[in-house]
Amino acid sequence: MSSLTDLSMLELAAKLASREVSSVEATRASLQRIAQVDPKVRAFLRVDEPGALKAAEASDARREAGSPLSALDGVPVGLKDIFLTEGVETTCASRVLEGFVPPYDATVVRLLKEAGLPLVGKLNMDEFAMGSSNESSAYFPTHNPWDLTRTPGGSSGGSAAAVAAREVFGALGTDTGGSIRQPAALTNTVGLKPTYGRVSRYGVIAFASSLDQPGPMARTVGDTAALFQLIARHDPLDSTSADVETPDCLTGLEDGVRGLKLGVPREYFAEGMDPEVAGTLRASLEELEKLGATLVDVSLPHTKYALATYYLLASSEASSNLARYDGIRYGQRAKDARGLKELYTQTRGQGFGAEVKRRIMLGTYALSAGYYDAYYLRAQKVRTLIREDFTKVFQQVDAIVSPTSPVPAFKLGAKVDDPLSMYLMDVYTLPCNLAGLPGLSVPCGFTQAGLPIGMQLLGRPFDEARLLRIARAFEREHDFFRRAAPV
Amino acid sequence: MALTLEQVRHVATLARLSLTPQEEERYATQLSAVLDAVAELEALDVSQVEPTSHATLASSLLREDVLRPSLSPEAGLANAPAKVGTAFAVPKILE
Repeated sequence: MSSLTDLSMLELAAKLASREVSSVEATRASLQRIAQVDPKVRAFLRVDEPGALKAAEASDARREAGSPLSALDGVPVGLKDIFLTEGVETTCASRVLEGFVPPYDATVVRLLKEAGLPLVGKLNMDEFAMGSSNESSAYFPTHNPWDLTRTPGGSSGGSAAAVAAREVFGALGTDTGGSIRQPAALTNTVGLKPTYGRVSRYGVIAFASSLDQPGPMARTVGDTAALFQLIARHDPLDSTSADVETPDCLTGLEDGVRGLKLGVPREYFAEGMDPEVAGTLRASLEELEKLGATLVDVSLPHTKYALATYYLLASSEASSNLARYDGIRYGQRAKDARGLKELYTQTRGQGFGAEVKRRIMLGTYALSAGYYDAYYLRAQKVRTLIREDFTKVFQQVDAIVSPTSPVPAFKLGAKVDDPLSMYLMDVYTLPCNLAGLPGLSVPCGFTQAGLPIGMQLLGRPFDEARLLRIARAFEREHDFFRRAAPV
Repeated sequence: MALTLEQVRHVATLARLSLTPQEEERYATQLSAVLDAVAELEALDVSQVEPTSHATLASSLLREDVLRPSLSPEAGLANAPAKVGTAFAVPKILE
């Protein structure tokens, strides 16, 4: 018999509902798996064993009383360390926030607690979500469970690795330029970046406020849909939260792709793509066609400008958001600083890592007098052109299909000293963030060396249900999600 | 576009970041490369294009002006690296 931790979230939920398994058993299995494999994977910054078991006991008591809080009541999950958790240290993988214990929960954390899910712990990430490999964490890099010498991707790499290594049944991440989808693609998991505004950012440590969006990561499309439905809520505490109805993504999930028009953007199949990724994607497109979808050649002509636009805007917003880390109200404070200005500069100089400083510097430069028009304002205008590209294409097609990452998981350390090369890892994912659209990565194959490859689906605003339906139609034809990482 | 060390120091001052001499050298090189890469945006004529600051066209939202519970002073101060009584402690700014 396979281990409890091999079950999908929905399979476990069914066993919890039939009382075949208790939440305490499932949570203990998760904790045992963490003890067994996390010394190698290093996905967790901290594990909250007492909190998780207490929540599991409460869940079992509710089941006993016949009053579960949701379909996923009792299913243990993990959280990227970017989400504020009341009473549990939250650092955003940065030294500057070491020791910070939030006095309240992020809205998504509250929603998961209200749905009865035990929260197992806080997952590693790139510092302040800046990175594509998890190597900019101030603590340690996370390893890819499919090949421990490689990165799981970033910045939600800890979430992806924990799900792929079956340490948790699902997890939450955040996606500013691809930080849910890229690590999902590199670890054979499913990751959904919802429409901007669909999921509350309240209590999510800010990186680039006009781009950041929390979302679910899981091993199957059904699990991703179920987790998404729990967190997609209007939140008056977030002024950019969209006041739209929570979607029903599970009804209709099995409806297939027959009759759907899928756009294949020629700019997303450009040079620089790994040949095995390109070949697998072509085969996947043919499969979608066989399943009844119509493929349409489309063009997003401003794609080549997305990377430059993204890095200017994200860095500018980051430089503003990260101004709050001044060593006064929370986090670490430089010792022996003389005077207020030195307190600020030394606290920040000592507390932030190399990637964070680089982006603060770039953003400060782009926003400074004399350069604002040339960099920040121009990038905002190009953002308009990129959005318009998508609007036009979505008049012709129901969704867009592309690779998620141009390459499979790369070796740890391979790109650390070359920021431009690292930034290219997000080239297919970040246009979606600039336009505020939903995007999803679903496993679509493996390289000959056994590394996962992901397929990206992009949709119209608030059309997550259709993306999940397309992904499910594809997933149904394969057993990728049954394959366990060899860790 | 090549950034000089002096420009790097100026930006670091604006950003309230202390940098080591090695970091100054490194950021001068790396930021120059990034600025060269983003210069491709100059190829586009955006004179007639409106900027997009947010993907959703969020308008300013106001809630009812009513009292509601907020963090207690103890909870607000719990993470302060230094405090005096019920206040955050900062270095003297006036002699």
